[in-house]
Amino acid sequence: MTPKDLPHLPPSEPAFAGFRGTAAPCLTLTVNGREHSVVADPTDRLSLVLRDCLGLAGLKQGCLEGECGACTVLVDGEPVNSCLILVFQVQGRSITTVEGLEAPDGTLSPLQKAFVEHGAVQCGYCTPGMVMAAQGLLNRNPSPDEREIRHALGGNLCRCTGFQGIVDAILSQAAQ
Amino acid sequence: MYPTKYHKAASIDDAVAALGAGEEALVLAGGQTLLATMKQHLASPSDLVDIRAIDGMSGVSTDGDMLVIGAATTHAEVAGSADVQRLCPALAGLARGIGDPAVRHVGTIGGSIANNDPAADYPAGLLALGATVVTSKRQIGADDFFQGLFTTALDDDEVITSVRIPAASRAGYAKFRQPASLFALVGVFAAQGAGGTRVAVTGAGEDGVFRHVGLEAALGADWSAAAAGGVGVASEGLLADIHASAEYRANLIGVMAKRAVEAS
Repeated sequence: MTPKDLPHLPPSEPAFAGFRGTAAPCLTLTVNGREHSVVADPTDRLSLVLRDCLGLAGLKQGCLEGECGACTVLVDGEPVNSCLILVFQVQGRSITTVEGLEAPDGTLSPLQKAFVEHGAVQCGYCTPGMVMAAQGLLNRNPSPDEREIRHALGGNLCRCTGFQGIVDAILSQAAQ
Repeated sequence: MYPTKYHKAASIDDAVAALGAGEEALVLAGGQTLLATMKQHLASPSDLVDIRAIDGMSGVSTDGDMLVIGAATTHAEVAGSADVQRLCPALAGLARGIGDPAVRHVGTIGGSIANNDPAADYPAGLLALGATVVTSKRQIGADDFFQGLFTTALDDDEVITSVRIPAASRAGYAKFRQPASLFALVGVFAAQGAGGTRVAVTGAGEDGVFRHVGLEAALGADWSAAAAGGVGVASEGLLADIHASAEYRANLIGVMAKRAVEAS
């Protein structure tokens, strides 16, 4: 879902974060190439604002302690745990969520397609974080080997199954 | 999290003032430990003072053979710095091995040493390399800076601005990771340079990071894995928990010391 799909949020009004936010300051976030004005509380994590204010619910808030990686997004192209960074810490930075990988018409990115083709999904909870951690790796290193891929996934947990399908999907996107 | 206030400091003076004014104000750097601690209600600062936007707080530079690393420099930036790789490749390797990629792109060297987690990597590196911690009010040698579990010489209104690290002629770091947390169950940083031979151990001490005099004497006489392996490491004063007994940690100190020398 994208912000324009949220009927209760007219584009001219800042999105509302939480219920303590009436006197909270407004800030501008750049997410998936678009600027958004949001009202946020000082303790609001980036993950909360992305999900609850901007409707970008691809990322998951699993542990909220930086253990599971399900909330991974890119900040200036590098993977971070969006639950372990306050929204005020990323003003002026460029944020990419899993929704930002697909084309405007909804076509999945080659990496997303590879996850589908390799069956790199079971319950799907960890998948957005896995995809973003992989995208962060590929941004820096277009041709990683299996060891580098496993190192890059060190902060992302899948509790359904093995990591092999995920590693295979990413490996298939490594430049030859 | 409990409510708090957020300040973005524009200068070091600004940060110090905000720390002094708040009832229980804390510095926020990368927040990779602090925010998780706040979530668990183990910390409830009245104010968070974000220091990362202060001019000169981030980045690596050199002063002769001395590395100067800004306090808000991330682990990924230290790992990728050409200056760190040239003057102290062991430190670049240490930074590359901290936590996971998401932590390395946000967590900072200043935050790591200010927190002084007993299993953190940087305290071992800085102690072994004889680094100096530069703050808003003074310079503190690593031997005086680290004072026990989560305890440092820092005052409440003191901000780390940079770390100065002399180049070592030989240095190596090896750690045995606790597989779930990826923290060091035991890590050993061994270095030889103008300050002599220094060996620092993280993850194992009941009082946090410490220097091992027996290993220093042995490696000072003969910089070899065999010399490190010949040192008996006692288990007194070492941590014992569900992950490892004190005796197991003592054994790991010897093994990691050998690997650190082999990696140098």
